[in-house]
Amino acid sequence: MSDYLGRKKATREALLEATDPTAGDILESGETEQRKESARSLGADAWDVMRRRPLFWVAALLALFFIIVAAAPQLFTSVDPRSCDLAYSRLKPSLKAIFGYDMQGCNIFARTVYGARASILVGMGTALFAALLGGVLGTIAGYLGGWVDAVLSRLADIFFAIPLLLGAIVVMAVLPITLDTPYLVVIFRIVLVLGIFGWPNIFRLMRASVIQVKPAEFVQAARALGANPLRLISSHIVPNALTPLIVVSTIDLGTYIATEATLSFLGVGLPRTIVSWGADISAASALGLIRNAPHMLLFPAAALCLTVLAFIMLGEVVRDALDPKLR
Amino acid sequence: MMGKYVVRRLLMMIPTFLGATLLIYFLAYAMPGDPTAGRCGDRQCPPSYVAWFRAHYGLDKPFLEQYWMYIQNLFRGDLGVNYYQNTVVHELAIRYPTTIKLAVIAVLCEIIIGMAAGILAGISKGKFIDSLVTVSTLVVIAIPVFVLGSLAQMVFGIKLKWFAVTAGDGTWRQLLLPGLVLGSLYIAYVARLTRTNLIENLRADYVRTAKAKGMSTTRAFGVHALRNSLVPSITYIGASFGGMMGGAIVTERIFNINGIGGLIWRSINQRDGTTLVGAVVVLVLIYMFMTLIVDIIYSWLDPRISHE
Repeated sequence: MSDYLGRKKATREALLEATDPTAGDILESGETEQRKESARSLGADAWDVMRRRPLFWVAALLALFFIIVAAAPQLFTSVDPRSCDLAYSRLKPSLKAIFGYDMQGCNIFARTVYGARASILVGMGTALFAALLGGVLGTIAGYLGGWVDAVLSRLADIFFAIPLLLGAIVVMAVLPITLDTPYLVVIFRIVLVLGIFGWPNIFRLMRASVIQVKPAEFVQAARALGANPLRLISSHIVPNALTPLIVVSTIDLGTYIATEATLSFLGVGLPRTIVSWGADISAASALGLIRNAPHMLLFPAAALCLTVLAFIMLGEVVRDALDPKLR
Repeated sequence: MMGKYVVRRLLMMIPTFLGATLLIYFLAYAMPGDPTAGRCGDRQCPPSYVAWFRAHYGLDKPFLEQYWMYIQNLFRGDLGVNYYQNTVVHELAIRYPTTIKLAVIAVLCEIIIGMAAGILAGISKGKFIDSLVTVSTLVVIAIPVFVLGSLAQMVFGIKLKWFAVTAGDGTWRQLLLPGLVLGSLYIAYVARLTRTNLIENLRADYVRTAKAKGMSTTRAFGVHALRNSLVPSITYIGASFGGMMGGAIVTERIFNINGIGGLIWRSINQRDGTTLVGAVVVLVLIYMFMTLIVDIIYSWLDPRISHE
């Protein structure tokens, strides 16, 4: 799972080829009234392809929907996910509770709605953390080269050699929490742990993109005009190397959500006091329960899969749109 | 030429390996909890015993000194003795065969199911079978292994009785279903990768040239397009082997398999740092050598890639 973790080397190579900055410089006849030849950027081109694909809209709306659920769960249910009544234990779905009740007699619909927040926060937080750390270090390594590159690359190798899930479990054991640890600290702990083992992926990607963009003529031109290194990086190199980072981060976001759920399944992720899909799935996946109360597993698992699917699909659609070879 | 490349890569492995062992050794060192807790029954261990225990296992020495001793022993092939008086080498030796078997089944599934599905989808791009493969692989990628594992155990093990429900003995037959579950994610990735590369290569100029000069479609497809398309898939399969050993933690837990994943899980919960570090060190070694082998195979399969 750590390689849900599927650290996709081949995908990354395909991406790099796809985002060759020169691809955006191809002149195409514009559709403007002046019938003037105008250059269309790669982004505009990709947007044109993407908005005609139903898959893109499905994925984007699904992702947006789960983000809204995470931000404002009270819009979707008025039931408190923590007020449970043992009299309702394991009741099947009905009109009163459309997803039924779990072992403790909690309303599964309410728990599924409120559980979105933990997953989305962990996914987005980790993707952001890994993108920042990997992106900055990758840019530095790719731009400076030499011994800085060698040291940073070896450092990334070290974290890359330890599988994500395995490393995460061990670090979780090193950073214990208590029952009164605040919500955000609990979330940040997982973000930190997943980010520590997730950044090398982004680092390698960013390093390779920067190395590819650096010798481009427009960069050399800016250098010849006297741009200082910081300006060169921030306004010429990074914008042209950023697309693969955003695409892979979106795909990884789905992966991180799945890994968080796996950690909670193993009992080292989010504690039971926090409403989360991983913990609910874990509680529901004892063999006897799957047989007698399959609805306990079905609904949180379906929500988790849909969220993971939404982000992975979104990333893949964008990547395909950017890759002219696949059209 | 190749020899030089291999030597350079082996040398580059040393810092990575030392760094990874240092990292995992530090994490095991920093794990809170007292290894002597519960060793003396219901009462607290006497201070004399705690002092003896800490001295015996070298826990009283500074961190770097402990690490240095560990590394020295490591290069002699000695992974230490855990708190239960078993050598870690022995603990690993009785469990690695099971986990390797599991991974071999998963890799075979990747090759057979993943590649076949990818080729089928690739040659019929845009048709029903293509959509079926693309959608079903996405679904498999999105379902976490622990959900998939529990469901497979329920459906194929208990309801249909096609496979064994648990695999406590670790026989090939019992490991079939867990292996398939462990490999499911990678099967999906291999199928997608094969499909993408095949579609790309079928449109490549060299395939068109081969057809234009009168080569039969089967030969142009089989010899030229297919061979090139499988290169990334093969390297991906090789690289997935290492990740699988880590992913086995979940699969082994669901199917009650006595393998490395279970050992790592137990050693973390019992604060048995020696076993934990030993198991992870071997995992890292396997991962690094698989990566090296994959890179060497890569240049054999695709002569355009040279390791100069």
